[in-house]
Amino acid sequence: MSTTGSEQQQSGTVRRVALVGNPNVGKSVLFNALTGSYVTVSNYPGTSVEVSRGTVRIDGQSWEVIDTPGMYAIHTITEEERVAREILLNERPDVVLHVLDARNLERMLTMTLQLVEAGLPVVLVVNIMDEAERMGLQFDLELLRQRLNIPVIGAAMARKRGLAEIQQAIAGYQPPQTPRVISYSRLLEGDIHAVTSLMTGSYQLSHRALALLLLQGDEEVAELVRGCEGAGAVAIEQAVRGIAFERRESFHLDLSMERKEIIRKAVQGVVQVPANRRETMGERLSRLTVNPLTGVPLLLLTLYFGLYRFVGDFGAGTLVDFMEGTLFEKYFNPWITDLVKGITSWWPLQELLVGEYGVITLGVRYAVGIILPIVATFFLFFSLLEDTGYFPRLALLVDRIFKRFGLTGRAVIPMVLGFGCSTMATMVTRTLETVRERILATLLLALAIPCSAQLGVIIALLSKVPGGLAIWAGMMTLLFLVVGFVAAKLLPGETPMFYMELPPMRLPQLSNVLTKTYTRMQWYFLEILPLFVVASVLLWLGKITNFFETLVSAMNPVMQFIGLPREAAVAFIFGFFRRDYGAAGLYDLQTKGLLDGRQLTVAAVTLTLFIPCVAQFLMMKKERGWQVSLGIFGLVSLLAFGTGYLLNQFLVATRWLG
Amino acid sequence: MKLSELAEDIIERLWIEVEEEGGAFLDPEAAMGLKSDAEAVRELARNALVELRNGMLYIRPEGREAGRMTVRRHRLAERLMMDVLNLRGEAGEQKVCQFEHLLTEGVDIKICTMLNHPTTCPHGKPIPPGECCYQARQSGDLGVVPLTEFKSGQEGEIAYIQTDDSKKMQKLMAMGVLPGNRILLTQAFPSYIFKVGFSEFAIDTALAREIFVRKR
Repeated sequence: MSTTGSEQQQSGTVRRVALVGNPNVGKSVLFNALTGSYVTVSNYPGTSVEVSRGTVRIDGQSWEVIDTPGMYAIHTITEEERVAREILLNERPDVVLHVLDARNLERMLTMTLQLVEAGLPVVLVVNIMDEAERMGLQFDLELLRQRLNIPVIGAAMARKRGLAEIQQAIAGYQPPQTPRVISYSRLLEGDIHAVTSLMTGSYQLSHRALALLLLQGDEEVAELVRGCEGAGAVAIEQAVRGIAFERRESFHLDLSMERKEIIRKAVQGVVQVPANRRETMGERLSRLTVNPLTGVPLLLLTLYFGLYRFVGDFGAGTLVDFMEGTLFEKYFNPWITDLVKGITSWWPLQELLVGEYGVITLGVRYAVGIILPIVATFFLFFSLLEDTGYFPRLALLVDRIFKRFGLTGRAVIPMVLGFGCSTMATMVTRTLETVRERILATLLLALAIPCSAQLGVIIALLSKVPGGLAIWAGMMTLLFLVVGFVAAKLLPGETPMFYMELPPMRLPQLSNVLTKTYTRMQWYFLEILPLFVVASVLLWLGKITNFFETLVSAMNPVMQFIGLPREAAVAFIFGFFRRDYGAAGLYDLQTKGLLDGRQLTVAAVTLTLFIPCVAQFLMMKKERGWQVSLGIFGLVSLLAFGTGYLLNQFLVATRWLG
Repeated sequence: MKLSELAEDIIERLWIEVEEEGGAFLDPEAAMGLKSDAEAVRELARNALVELRNGMLYIRPEGREAGRMTVRRHRLAERLMMDVLNLRGEAGEQKVCQFEHLLTEGVDIKICTMLNHPTTCPHGKPIPPGECCYQARQSGDLGVVPLTEFKSGQEGEIAYIQTDDSKKMQKLMAMGVLPGNRILLTQAFPSYIFKVGFSEFAIDTALAREIFVRKR
């Protein structure tokens, strides 16, 4: 164990505490309870993993609190776990709070063991005690404290139980006099010694822990050791290779079994499990959600009320009417227009600010008046659903179907998110396991998943055409299925396996849901508002230079090809800047009476399928690179106009929709 | 009594001819190109396993048991090559012929137990059960099966995880899917859902095939 960082930290005024633990053990709730409202959420450098930081003052001492992503073991596999360990390694926290779920004490203590073994300053928080006690489990945490020889606190963060004790434990943390050693079997100890005896460097983690990580084939640790040991690294690697070969069949298993045995002894008498336990409400609900017979109707109900009624009707209808129709059109826009015209009489500047495509009258109005209410209601719905623990259940329900598209059930989360904002969803496809899966998900998001902004306008638009909405929805579903199926067949590679922990279902906490919604909104606004402004400026430039006229003329043949009037080109050009601009452009054409029902339906279908907005394209480029994103771009354009053509021919021939 | 490899091959053929093909005897010359006074044939006769009449081999009661066990070893070896070592075709068959002679002195019992007392060889012929098979059946040890064989609501103990992907293995172990832990399958469609302790997990069929559980 090394303490090289501690001198610097003691001289500074801020000390650090890191929260670690499995996913879904209430880390974030503890984090929010500790830090209150001063929180920053940012991506960990070089990753898409979010890390929250906040501060808390305890007894006059200021502490930075870091909420790390969920991890199952100190030997890391996923990107989230790597980030969590990086934080432990690089930020050298003064206290590490290991939060675990009381109901799964025995299983989760394995990681406590690893943290203690690594020489980290561990305080154990046994969370969710209330639910565990309701199940009839009884705990003797004092006994556990004696056995582990680290501070152990029972807590129920949803009720703020144990918060004061946790604060005291952080403030009064004393590092142990002698490093705590977990002893293994003679065989394993021999292997550990063979490696540690060669190590001379000083690290943030103990030599024993590093040796075990090396033996487990951890490449990052190997890299770290190579950097620290210099010339000695060769001998270490040789020793590790030798042992790894000797025990190639079962090293991981043996180590896991030894740890399991140590934990089994440590929790003897600590937990009393009742012979018969009652099924809780959450468990009953959980069973209903995962059984296809009840789960599918429940899913449809959730989507109907959540997406259609709440986001569609309330967000995109009521709220948008009020914000855009009343606040902007009636009050704000006339006022600002008069104001600007009073200040300057130079026409181009007037146009830029408050003209037809003005930064304020169009850009800000769209962003605040239309998009804000829609994405706010969507993110609220999404965060609420996320906190109930419903998504993993949804994932297992659709896994079999998604496998046909080369995706696993995990992809359901970006897909659902795509109905909110496809740009954000494209970013979230990073969490999928293989590159192949990410490309397939990106393609489907770009093609057949309409974002909430677009959805709102299109539903409003097509609800006036009898049968139009059904055709539109049918086309989207058809293309999703066909393209997904064909793409999965054509793209080489295998679909990864699906495994997921199902966190217990619980009532979401309002404060937590609101915080999540707020963070997502913040991200959205920082990313999107500038794009709206840029789009407005470009449109303005296009207008005053007559570039648009040229472009519209150039697109004329394409429009004719799919049976639309030339004015519709405007909607498609706008559509590239924002998909919803395009849909809103159609809205204008319709009110002017330029489109009949058939043309409206064809235009809506083509526009929804067509190019994702600029923001999504840029995100695709960032995540997948030029080659893939341009490929998807070309494919999506082809499919969009091709489908538009066929649909138009079909509708003309069958004389549907006039 | 340890027979030579050739003698083992002969008694094996004889047993199959008599017990499975319904023949009365084996013609060593036609079946294996051996003269009736070949050393291996005489070895069998010396050990009172066969009777030689008019150049034809007839099985004796003692020979029945010996033949049965040789056939058993051969078919166990076939299973081992196919299921575990993944050797197929000509090469596999050759290896089987060499390997079966090593399965003596209790090695067959170990292999049989490891393969969970198989009842048929890869070609569908029955493997004559050994003492270990009877014992396993009697003790009600229905053996180790992949999780896919469980019905929802069935409980058991995790026996082992068999996967080529060491990361996946580690992930599963970190999630508590460890040999010796009790496991309860709560649903088998559309995905497999199981409980270990108080935690619940969902996996697909492919992964469920790699988790082996002991029924109870």
